[in-house]
Amino acid sequence: MSQDTSHINALENEAIYIFREVAAQFEKPVLLFSGGKDSITLVRLAQKAFWPAKIPFPLMHIDTGHNFPETIEFRDRLVEELGLELIVRNVQDSIDQGKVKEESGRYSSRNSLQTTTLLDAIEEFKFDACIGGARRDEEKARAKERIFSVRDDFGQWDERNQRPELFDMLNGQIELGQNVRVFPISNWTELDVWSYIKEEEIEIPSIYFAHKRKVFLRDGLIWSHSDYVYQEEDEEVLERMVRFRTVGDMSCTAAVFSDATDIESVVEEIRDSSISERGARIDDKRSEAAMEKRKQQGYF
Amino acid sequence: MDVLKIATAGSVDDGKSTLIGRILYDTKSLTSDKLEAIEKTSKSKGYDYLDFSLATDGLVAEREQGITIDVAHIYFSTAKKSYIIADTPGHVEYTRNMVTGASTSQAAIILIDARKGVIEQTNRHFFINNLLRIKDVVVAINKMDLVDYSEETYNAIKADFEELMAKRDYQDQKITFIPVSALKGDNVVNKTDKMSWYTGPTLLDHFEALDRKDIFNVGTPRFPVQYVIRPKTDEHHDFRGFAGKVYGGELSVGDEVVALPSQTRSKIKDIYFYDKKYQTASRRSSVTITLEDEINISRGDMLVRAEDLPTIDKQFTATISWMDSNKLTPGKKYVVQHGVNKVLAKVDNIHHKINPDYSGIDTDVEGLGMNDIAQVTFKLNKPIFYDKFKDHRTNGSFILIDTQTNSTVGAGFIS
Repeated sequence: MSQDTSHINALENEAIYIFREVAAQFEKPVLLFSGGKDSITLVRLAQKAFWPAKIPFPLMHIDTGHNFPETIEFRDRLVEELGLELIVRNVQDSIDQGKVKEESGRYSSRNSLQTTTLLDAIEEFKFDACIGGARRDEEKARAKERIFSVRDDFGQWDERNQRPELFDMLNGQIELGQNVRVFPISNWTELDVWSYIKEEEIEIPSIYFAHKRKVFLRDGLIWSHSDYVYQEEDEEVLERMVRFRTVGDMSCTAAVFSDATDIESVVEEIRDSSISERGARIDDKRSEAAMEKRKQQGYF
Repeated sequence: MDVLKIATAGSVDDGKSTLIGRILYDTKSLTSDKLEAIEKTSKSKGYDYLDFSLATDGLVAEREQGITIDVAHIYFSTAKKSYIIADTPGHVEYTRNMVTGASTSQAAIILIDARKGVIEQTNRHFFINNLLRIKDVVVAINKMDLVDYSEETYNAIKADFEELMAKRDYQDQKITFIPVSALKGDNVVNKTDKMSWYTGPTLLDHFEALDRKDIFNVGTPRFPVQYVIRPKTDEHHDFRGFAGKVYGGELSVGDEVVALPSQTRSKIKDIYFYDKKYQTASRRSSVTITLEDEINISRGDMLVRAEDLPTIDKQFTATISWMDSNKLTPGKKYVVQHGVNKVLAKVDNIHHKINPDYSGIDTDVEGLGMNDIAQVTFKLNKPIFYDKFKDHRTNGSFILIDTQTNSTVGAGFIS
């Protein structure tokens, strides 16, 4: 068997092990699905972990309403093809209920509003484990994250007081009301994810490949021209070949100039890139500790 | 290409973060936006050099205090290997983080400040790496630039360290000494012309040259069952697969196996990885196994080769590393998580505390506090199937879980 000859296979075996621990240790797990490449990779790994049985938990999408339409189409098709259960909860509802207030101005985004909607959904369904596609190489606060990361009743992350994780033993024991965030691809890098998508021929939304798009430039980043993105009058709309390296909301995800129209050239581009993935995340540019702060409040 | 996980140990100000930053910088693993952020912050702090520790210290409290609090994982790769560095803090009070980082690593770096030489902390770092049976250890003697790249200083530190090595329990551990300057980049990734007296490899070259046999032990296969897969669909009506990870060796189709604890025998019928069948399940692969006979197996049970049984017992003695602020005392009950198996355990006897600085043992012990290491006997409510840690790193280790707080409060290595 050729399974552990490459390091990607080692990472794959580790992720499958984590998925099985989740299914065995928790009563109501859910896979947090954004339609991005990391969560799509998670779905493939979950399929592998439980074959020939179906994935034994639903997917949940916290929909900001500001997604790229390509992502939503892709999400619905994937769920249909695999016969999975999909739960969608909307940030718009949290706004309508007065629980969160829409940001305004130049850098407004619904990204951080998702936290409230997510925590409400966890409570509504009594989820005890939420599986996410965060990776430690993405961002330095995430580098400190456990594979099983316990959250308190308020969904908060106590980064100073985390459980030690030894060998590959995962301790999922929690009290009622607590939940665990699970990160099966913690040890993958961005290049690992792309290489895996290539190797496994996993389908991903078209916005990850180079396409013509109406954009404008601000702060050295390429922003999408869209109803959801605030744009100054003097910010000129251009049409350019771009692709997205990371996909969140239209309001917090910047594009990169690219001619990579297929998976081979995308992998090539990532390998040669001198900018990190989250360099294109407008939400992280807010401050040095932007991610740590959001995580403490219960963010993904 | 493999993944090599390296644990780092060093005291405050030994330059551990700088060393890691240097590795990232010289292997061109720092992306331009990260480098920019480091330049910006270094400048605003008034430094006239790049403070690489900013690349690794991820928490606000760490940056404020200029220290590393929690284990951070840092990723980079070369054409040959993928690397994960577990950056573990070296303070006295954070022994638990070092044990944690070392538990998942195959290699380690112990950092020594050339101006200070072997200090009490060094003893601890070495003790833990030896206790955890890390196969390959590099002793990096850092800040050579501050001792005029002196061969004499290097040799004196090496001789001191060799005295420690005589006391170690795990004698087969391979130890390599390398003189470096993380700040100047000497012998980290690139060779230096400042120490012509040193003819060995650079730190990175050393790790690049390691192959599988240098970092993994070959033992006997153990297959703890994680999850039973029963699809109950028309297509796979009778499918009953045992999902788990193979540890220590290989299992093949046709192998005669025994299921524990029932001790029922059967043969391996098929080995699946996803929807494909394989003849052999290799070490650390997450497979699904079906058996020739229908026998009752559930999570926590174990499949082993019929000729290779582990010890099956309701008690064991282990070296444990205590990680909680609540004391461990005789008579207290904990959950022992041994792989994926959980049993209730009672502390039967604390034999002695082991001073991790090689200063001997302490037999007058009432309880264990945070960071204590001790020899302890546990009694269990059900038998477990274990090997000694020295024979099987996975099947000889366990964690202790507090029944009240659910926290992981200790780790153990069965003697």
